[in-house]
Amino acid sequence: MTKRDKNIGLVETQYYTFAHSPDELQLECGEKFGPVTLAYETYGSLNENRSNAILILHALTGDAHAAGFHEGDKDPGWWDNMIGPGKAFDTNKYFVICSNVIGGCKGSTGPSSIDPKTGRPYGLNFPIITIKDMVNAQRCLIDHLGIDKLLSVAGGSMGGMQALQWVVSYPDRVSSVIPVATTANHSPQQIAFNEVGRQAIMADPNWNDGDYYGKELPAKGLGVARMVGHITYMSDVSMSEKFGRRFKDIKQPFKFSPEFEVEGYLQYRGDNFIKRFDPNSYLYITKAIDYFDLSNGKGLHESLKGTKARFLIIGFKSDWLYPAYQSQEIARACKLAGVEAVYCELNSTYGHDAFLVEVEEQSHLVKYFLERTIRGFSQA
Amino acid sequence: MDLVKPDYRAILQLITSGSSVLDLGCGSGDLLALLEREKKVRGQGIEVDDKAVFDCVTKGLNVFHGDIDTGLSEYGDNCFEYVIMHMTLQQVKKPDFVLIEAMRVGKKVIVGIPNFAYINARFQIFFRGRTPVTPSLPYEWYDTPNLHFLSILDFIEYCRKWHITIEKSVFLGAHRKISFLPNLLAQTGIFVIVKTIEIGA
Repeated sequence: MTKRDKNIGLVETQYYTFAHSPDELQLECGEKFGPVTLAYETYGSLNENRSNAILILHALTGDAHAAGFHEGDKDPGWWDNMIGPGKAFDTNKYFVICSNVIGGCKGSTGPSSIDPKTGRPYGLNFPIITIKDMVNAQRCLIDHLGIDKLLSVAGGSMGGMQALQWVVSYPDRVSSVIPVATTANHSPQQIAFNEVGRQAIMADPNWNDGDYYGKELPAKGLGVARMVGHITYMSDVSMSEKFGRRFKDIKQPFKFSPEFEVEGYLQYRGDNFIKRFDPNSYLYITKAIDYFDLSNGKGLHESLKGTKARFLIIGFKSDWLYPAYQSQEIARACKLAGVEAVYCELNSTYGHDAFLVEVEEQSHLVKYFLERTIRGFSQA
Repeated sequence: MDLVKPDYRAILQLITSGSSVLDLGCGSGDLLALLEREKKVRGQGIEVDDKAVFDCVTKGLNVFHGDIDTGLSEYGDNCFEYVIMHMTLQQVKKPDFVLIEAMRVGKKVIVGIPNFAYINARFQIFFRGRTPVTPSLPYEWYDTPNLHFLSILDFIEYCRKWHITIEKSVFLGAHRKISFLPNLLAQTGIFVIVKTIEIGA
């Protein structure tokens, strides 16, 4: 029970369906798409003048379950150490919303959802989606919740991209933005890692051009994609500390089965991923991440010009997937655009995963940044 | 009693209310927080030290974690009314480059320096043969962040050489302003400088 002490307790995922015909969601690719369901959770309560809402956005394989416990679960949501009573996103003060993404497989409409026109899963008939589309869908959810202006939009990794897109797409509806361990656009190296993951999925014979629902799943391909992902989320140091060169405890003849602990860990993570993630969603969402480019060909500062939102940009020294220089670029764009901003580069050895585990320092920054933002918010 | 440090008080008096201020090497943000509170400035700090950046955030300041030796190129010309380099100039690797950048970015630059020619420092070198430790130069030789040592006269001479106009100067002793023989009697010199065409162009 100790885990639950400073926790918000039991929570349930909620669902909002919108964009019914003929008012479908206009996608960036040109298509109109609907209906769309978004999975979301909320923690804390909305104040009377609806000014204390914070939107939390998740990374590639995350979900709407950011904090608290689901009935029967041993583990809390993915950012539970940051969201709750007295925590960085203090649910005694703030109304915290975490939204899933369109294209996902965690309760929102995605390629594994049933296409109402055919009665079968969309598969590759699902339209191409972008980070902007994810944000446009979330805007419908925020409208539905009756919130005109968000006190803050925050997220790490792909969640940070959505947060940045929020402020560019809806500058008047966001008072502050907290992009953590993220980038304004993917470098070729980042696209390359995503492409390895996609190729692994598509090389799995079970993938069958995305038409595998109800059949044998491309579990091995997705597993390899996940293994590559996990390597990039850790750092050289964190891997050394976690695994060293230790061997697993096995007494079998040599057959290229996992021997080192690190091999065992990656295989375990890879093999189990199919239980909770749809391979087609992995393809669609990694593409959305690769397409993301906030600079929009003009230079990032041009995109940020005129925004009144304050920025808290956090990078991590050991993050080599989203290196600190990419956070610095966002900070630089803020300088050029004359946008109020805080930039902080945290010392951590955890690599990209730092945004999920380095609680103390992030909490300090977020807590005081939000307090300052709310002072400005009430004056505005 | 005035609890504000005399050098902060002096800088506070030099700055126009409601102006925009960039504080280079803002440390824990005490000066910037004071300026925001008393002069309603729009402040931005740059600081390299991790802990100091945290302190700034605690005070609700806008701060960039980074190095000012490389950090000003993103700012346009004259985009701040004031750039402050208080007790910073002697700590950067390339003081002349940073100063030129500060003058490009700010309409006015406020520079505060510890005076190496302060009488007590001279005394320590001359009679005791020791590297001076004074209230404005409080470090031992082995733990000082200062990379350059200059006197009030050095700075005035530097400005003359590079055609930098000193609009105002304030010299401070331990408790009060110094107007007589500042290079000998002041611990700290604070200057408001503006670029000339030769530098700014």
